[in-house]
Amino acid sequence: MRINRSENSIEGEFVVRKKWAFYCSTFLVCLLFFMAVFGPWLMPNDPHVPNMAAKLQGFSAQYPLGTDHLGRCVLSRLIEGARVSLFVAFIVLAATLSISMIVGLTAGYAGGWIDLVLMRICDILLAIPNFIFALVIVGALGAGMKNLVIAIVVVVWVGFARVIRNMVISLKETNYVVYAKICGVPTWKIILRHIVPFVFPQMLLLKLIGLGSTILMISELSFLGLGITPPTAEWGMMISESKTYLMTKPELMIIPGVMISLTVLIFNAFGDSLRDVLDPKST
Amino acid sequence: MNGMANYLMKRFLSMALAMIGLTLIAFFLMRIMPGDPIEAYYQANHIPVTEEMLEQARQEQGLDKPLFTQYITWLGGVMTFDFGTSFMNGKSVSEELLAYFTVTIQLALVAFLFMLIICIPIGILSAIKQNSVFDHATRLTIFSVASMPSFWLGFVLIYVIAFKLDLLPLMGWGTPQTIILPALTLALGNIPFYIRMIRTSMIEQMKQPFVTFARARGISESVIIRKHIFKATLTPFVTSLAMTFGILIGGAAIVEMIFSIPGMGRYIVGAITARDYYVMQGFIMMIGFFFIIVNFLADLLCALIDPRIRLKENLS
Repeated sequence: MRINRSENSIEGEFVVRKKWAFYCSTFLVCLLFFMAVFGPWLMPNDPHVPNMAAKLQGFSAQYPLGTDHLGRCVLSRLIEGARVSLFVAFIVLAATLSISMIVGLTAGYAGGWIDLVLMRICDILLAIPNFIFALVIVGALGAGMKNLVIAIVVVVWVGFARVIRNMVISLKETNYVVYAKICGVPTWKIILRHIVPFVFPQMLLLKLIGLGSTILMISELSFLGLGITPPTAEWGMMISESKTYLMTKPELMIIPGVMISLTVLIFNAFGDSLRDVLDPKST
Repeated sequence: MNGMANYLMKRFLSMALAMIGLTLIAFFLMRIMPGDPIEAYYQANHIPVTEEMLEQARQEQGLDKPLFTQYITWLGGVMTFDFGTSFMNGKSVSEELLAYFTVTIQLALVAFLFMLIICIPIGILSAIKQNSVFDHATRLTIFSVASMPSFWLGFVLIYVIAFKLDLLPLMGWGTPQTIILPALTLALGNIPFYIRMIRTSMIEQMKQPFVTFARARGISESVIIRKHIFKATLTPFVTSLAMTFGILIGGAAIVEMIFSIPGMGRYIVGAITARDYYVMQGFIMMIGFFFIIVNFLADLLCALIDPRIRLKENLS
């Protein structure tokens, strides 16, 4: 196959272009992380301190992207928003990954009634549309970062647990797992040595691809006032705060929106190109 | 038709199970509230209360009884479509929800229509003209649209189309013109997924032997596309369309907030902020039931379109 590919110039070019897409999107993801991690040093002003004398200002040296209705620096709030979104998104990633791994592995490997019960629970949870379910969970728990994470995790883990369970079921039939079983390798060791190393990277990949939609969900809930609570800045919340000034000062609405779109775009591109690089067959 | 009856039975059982599970979720979700619902309601609305008032309210709502009894009482109410009364205004939750639901359904249906009108031709065209300029342009556009939050798109549409160009009314509800922008906002978020889906599955179908055979028989290309390829694409399309209906109703909450439409989404966000738990319960029950039934109907429709499905299900 290798030789074939290098001979076929069109396909070769395709592979090179994909590599470049991967490098570019990785660079941009790193840039986002740089902004999030070193945020406090990059902010020109304190994102929480209002300055009523300088409210709704245009672009200037002191406030590079202007100020909002309370005279807070838009650029600083934008950077804080990046910190919040990425932080929440990664906690959600870690939590969903571990929960869906545990449930998926248990259901797939144990089989029988355990599998049946767990999968029925998944069916029921999947019967409620994601966003509505998250909305109601936040409604029950109250707004705030912790509850936001809980709501998104509860909603998102189900689908992944399903995928893992199906993978485990097919892995259980493979020769090396059957052989390990015959040799008397204990179950926990089979799972850790022969199943997890196969399932985990694929799950991580799927989760990375889904990061963009997690970030969207965070900003949507915050937009409705049910996610991140003030005074912490969040992009969705910034857009919701700028509603009143839509006609007079549209930049306040446009800037955070562009930021969300760019972030989600970068993560989507990163996920897609990562998949292409790791598994060229799929396209 | 025996296969069909069998399939129907199986799907019906799993639907019933999902509904029972839904009642459990709707009921117990409201019990994970910090404190109890009555106290949470008063606290969220900054109404000063004494312990006596709380006690009395709890007795009125039956919250002092054991949890299981409460569940059964509540379930009895649900069976007769009675979700209790709202704390906020003392009106019947089911009546209020139904009134708001009609607005949301109208919005979702128009959005759905927009989706079909936009997705099907573009999806088919980019599959037929694979790797053309049109295909690449479509791919780039849908990739960027997929990254934009719907609430932001809504504001941009308001600003550009309604404010700058003055083509449509800014917001409000009632006349046919007012529904266009919100429905478009709602539809746009779901369009990328469908265009991509129609394109990929059409391209996949084009490689199938039955297409080559149809070509060999000398059937015209447009007939092949309409009668053979598109019909085979329809099954996954219908299944996920049912799913989308749930997503549309969820997304409607956001769109209703932007365009100030008196729909269910806006009502529920208000209820959540006020911690009106009967409303939240009623809401999740209604949406859940609706969604489960729509899914069931979609599965039936697919089984009717494609006999392979009901056969496969019965074999496994």
